[in-house]
Amino acid sequence: MTQGIYLDNNATTMVSPAVVAVMLPFFTEQFGNPSSMHQFGNRVGLALKQARAQVQTLLGAEHDSEIVFTSCGTESDSTAILSALRAQPERKEIITTVVEHAAVLALCEQLEKEGYKIHRLKVDSRGRLDIHEYMDLLSDRVAIVSAMWANNESGTLFPVEEMADLARSAGVMFHTDAVQAVGKVPINLKDTCIDMLSLSGHKLHAPKGVGVLYLRRNTRFRPLLRGGHQERGRRAGTENTASIVALGKACEEAMQHMEYEKTAVRRMRDRLERGILAAVPHCFVTGDPNNRLPNTCNIAFEYIEGEAILLLLNKQGIAASSGSACTSGSLEPSHVMRAMGIPFTAAHGTVRFSLSRYNTMDEVDQVIRAVPPIVAQLRKLSPYWGENGPVTDPERAFAPAYA
Amino acid sequence: MWDYSDKVKEHFFSPRNAGAVTGANAVGEVGSLSCGDALRLTLRVDPETQIIKDAGFQTFGCGSAIASSSALTEIVKGMTLDQALTVSNQDIADFLDGLPPEKMHCSVMGREALQAAVANYRGEVWKDDHEEGALICKCFAVDAVMIEETIRANALSTVEDVTNYTKAGGGCSACHEGVEEILTRVLKEQGRVFDPTGAAPVLAKGKKLSNLQRIRRIEGAIEAIRPNLQRDRGDVELVEVDGKNVYVNMTGACVGCQMASTTLDGIQQRIVEDLGEFVRVLPASAMQHRA
Repeated sequence: MTQGIYLDNNATTMVSPAVVAVMLPFFTEQFGNPSSMHQFGNRVGLALKQARAQVQTLLGAEHDSEIVFTSCGTESDSTAILSALRAQPERKEIITTVVEHAAVLALCEQLEKEGYKIHRLKVDSRGRLDIHEYMDLLSDRVAIVSAMWANNESGTLFPVEEMADLARSAGVMFHTDAVQAVGKVPINLKDTCIDMLSLSGHKLHAPKGVGVLYLRRNTRFRPLLRGGHQERGRRAGTENTASIVALGKACEEAMQHMEYEKTAVRRMRDRLERGILAAVPHCFVTGDPNNRLPNTCNIAFEYIEGEAILLLLNKQGIAASSGSACTSGSLEPSHVMRAMGIPFTAAHGTVRFSLSRYNTMDEVDQVIRAVPPIVAQLRKLSPYWGENGPVTDPERAFAPAYA
Repeated sequence: MWDYSDKVKEHFFSPRNAGAVTGANAVGEVGSLSCGDALRLTLRVDPETQIIKDAGFQTFGCGSAIASSSALTEIVKGMTLDQALTVSNQDIADFLDGLPPEKMHCSVMGREALQAAVANYRGEVWKDDHEEGALICKCFAVDAVMIEETIRANALSTVEDVTNYTKAGGGCSACHEGVEEILTRVLKEQGRVFDPTGAAPVLAKGKKLSNLQRIRRIEGAIEAIRPNLQRDRGDVELVEVDGKNVYVNMTGACVGCQMASTTLDGIQQRIVEDLGEFVRVLPASAMQHRA
């Protein structure tokens, strides 16, 4: 087997060769602590300054001091939400959505146990929010709104800029988890009312273990980690210098490839999607196809289960992911698919293909050829499937006793 | 990625007996809510001999569900119905050289389908007596329902109790938060409050023992066990009793014996029974570590 075909870029991405090249010296001769007064530290300090500017450019932030380096997207999310609560102790409510990443949802669940009131905005069958429901919830009891820019499973985009406007006019802080959006859609934070934004390096061809919290100037803030004066005291702990330098380079490259993402990557995604839909009966695209990331395509294959599909794809060197319960080790199929009301026999069979600029049309064609026989093979085993199609009235024809 | 055995992979990639058996006279249809998996098992049973002549499966499920179904059909072919009823989910897992703890329920589903099919053949109604909850302890594959029921049945109140009764939490200890949450919920229903620092309640009814009485009972329990150890040229002596911790010295052949910790467990069980309260038996060396 060669390297294989990697269509799981929403999970993580390949570190770009240019990014690897810029970070390597920081493991060897550029080992200094950026806080030190001497030349060893100073050189590294200057590299961090450059990286901060590169991130600032990609995000369209007004000041470079609005960029706070963290260890990951999850840390950025936790820092943002907990800061809003600590800075405004009289506010005991949070608005978020049912389809957030676990980094936000699990934190909110814990805060709920501690007495905070969590409003989780619902989504419709296409994964869209009801803005009126949102507007009705905004009040001076709300400490922060946290809504993702793009959904990791379906790629569906939320109107975070409008939501931030509404939050601002209600006097409520707004945070967005933009881990999936940064580098794939243009972002210009200085023209928005977004107060805080999380990003994660490894989703845009930087290494794992580095993230950013964008923190708008004058936003009231309380650090998660206190200690040294790193990141102007807003995130103590010696900087992960090699990874920060790498993230800076990755942001510069993302800026250069933004147009390519919107055009060439989208064309590959669209061809893949059309090819599979045309060749496989009884499957459909989940989420909002007209308003989503250019690289993501999530298809529900009815009457079969996602993990089985992934195992067979993997045997042919094709990497994707699934919202089935079995792939996560959790009990339920993906909360995102359930929130959209996808029927149980389809939610378990969702497969997410997420592309990057490193994919090729040739790879896409190989996947289009590989998928239909895999689906047919598994349907042959399925009790919901007859000779040439689903059994009549599948839910009734096969109604097992559930434990 | 799951750590599937080669046998699991083999049965998934090349499943045996896929599809419905023609001329089937026994059908079992079951599902496991925990994974969204479902299985239809069809059998052709010889009415004369009660032997399963053929078996087939149709499965909606993940890799290990398909492998478990395939394994099940291979195991039961050629068995009589009575023999088939003795097949446990562990037999299915063993046939596949093991399953990851999160996937053991796939083997449970296999066993249930088999029972349902036999009941179907005999004209009985199969009733599922098994409820499965979220997996809490990954080391020993213990789920929430099991923990909850054990807490209720035995009036447990500490994480330590739960570990002693179900093994949950006895390994890496990462699930202790989850166990505490279940304890908090169940105790609240009973109008009690979970106290993380609380000691286990007295198991046996009766008067509280004085310190001296307590130590004498512990000594008595150990004396009763010593002949067993001496027979294997080992021995044990009581060193110290510190609250719930009983420190002993293993001597003779017990020193360095691979079974020493099992022996400690046995001593502990005996003392707990005699004393009517929970104590922990530890090697005396652990005492120095604590000091």
